[in-house]
Amino acid sequence: MLLVPCPNCGPRNSADLRYGGESHARPDPATATPQQWRGYLYLRDNPAGWLRENWYCRSGCRRWFALERNTATNEFRNPPAPGDKRGGKA
Amino acid sequence: MTGIGRRLGRRPPKYSAAALVWRGMRGDYWPRIWRDTELKRSYDAVVIGGGVHGLATAYYLARNHGITNVAVVDKAYLGSGASGRNTAIVRANYLTPEGVAFYDRSLQLYNSMALDLNINVMMSERGHLTLAHTDAALRTMNWRAEVNKLQGVNSSVIGPDEIKKIAPALDTSDHPRYPILGALHHPPGGVVRHDAVVWGYARAADYMGVEMHQKTEVLDILCEGGDGPDGKGPGGKVVGVRTNRGDISTPVVVNCTAGWAGLISAMAGVRLPITTHPLQAAVTEPVKVFLPTVVVSGSLHVYISQTDRGELVFGAAVDAVANYSIRGSLEFTEELAGHVLELMPGISRMRLLRQWSGLCDMTPDYSPVMGFTPVDGFLVDVGWGTYGFKAAPVSGEQMAEAVATGRTPKLIAPFALSRFDSGELVGEKGAASVGH
Repeated sequence: MLLVPCPNCGPRNSADLRYGGESHARPDPATATPQQWRGYLYLRDNPAGWLRENWYCRSGCRRWFALERNTATNEFRNPPAPGDKRGGKA
Repeated sequence: MTGIGRRLGRRPPKYSAAALVWRGMRGDYWPRIWRDTELKRSYDAVVIGGGVHGLATAYYLARNHGITNVAVVDKAYLGSGASGRNTAIVRANYLTPEGVAFYDRSLQLYNSMALDLNINVMMSERGHLTLAHTDAALRTMNWRAEVNKLQGVNSSVIGPDEIKKIAPALDTSDHPRYPILGALHHPPGGVVRHDAVVWGYARAADYMGVEMHQKTEVLDILCEGGDGPDGKGPGGKVVGVRTNRGDISTPVVVNCTAGWAGLISAMAGVRLPITTHPLQAAVTEPVKVFLPTVVVSGSLHVYISQTDRGELVFGAAVDAVANYSIRGSLEFTEELAGHVLELMPGISRMRLLRQWSGLCDMTPDYSPVMGFTPVDGFLVDVGWGTYGFKAAPVSGEQMAEAVATGRTPKLIAPFALSRFDSGELVGEKGAASVGH
């Protein structure tokens, strides 16, 4: 079980959330080249270490937010405070 | 000890009953099945990852193309990753024509493997049932059966009565929450002893002069001429590999890792469309053999086979959260037990012996990434998701051909990394053994 620190609901079981994968800035569709866009769609850093990821608290506050997690140890760090803009989906 | 007498033929000596008696009477030890040699400073090709894929690649390089100055390096021991953690199921009943052709060739190679490698891999062609619990699943089974038949692969859709005849332990009544409506029956599917496949390839490759280096961790891939830092990245070429036992110079590096595929590729400046997820599996105590076939249920996230010792081996879907920690979880065990009992209520008193986990490299279209990359001399055989073991022989054969000829073989052309640039994805999710 993974305890996910939801900024609004507190620690929740990861089964209560939807995992949204790596959090990357979306390129502007109007100016991005097809290659940049496909890179954004498909290519991943997939590090064994700290990673910024999107989560959706589907059975709690029903909000998207980004969290930093260590993919090797499953620790979380610097969870955003409730209502913090930093917690917005990147 | 590079014994001159060791490489007399293309096949290593037989394990035979006569040899067993002879060695038993003389009190001999069995010889080590592969040599432990010094790491040389230079090789014609270096294969990263000592699992079935890496060993098969090295074996076919030596056997089909005569390239024997090859090193297989692994940071742990041979078969320590997914090759020793999978549930040993082989099949060819895929959904896309590309996938069916590819896995059918793999199944052929598995069928002749015991003869080719002179080792008993315990290939058991026991049949494979993919259960459908919904109309949508049944439609996909019909689709797969038709694609399979067109390519000469034996698959058909059968009803609950026939399922009951094949596997009486299954509850085919309409009592369960998700009753069994039908199944895709694939007689050529079955199980193989996965450790024997690893040892067989290692022994046969060693016999032809390939070197296996265990506890040799790759720290960096040395490149020149690329766009990125240190000459890595697109446009560059591979010149060597830095390991914890020193640098090796080589013009060709083949990345045959699972789990760490993205990290190894990043060392050459190549980004991959891969995320690493653990997949958990479990095994029960041994009982009398009652399940004569492999049973898969996509809706219930489980696949089951019984070993010759009588243990039931269960596998499940990959964990939802990307992860490098190889840990088990209670949720997995609870969910697995619930789902298995829905299929086979009769085994409710059986006890789980142990559970384990392995790493799967998931790609967006559930097909692998194989062949050349924008870095010259850096090839990948990665992104196997949950299909890696069943594809090992054909992957090795095709990757060896790619290395030897410098061209992408036709069978793996659809799986090139460039498909993510061109958008020509090979959607294989519908044939994933379980829903992800």
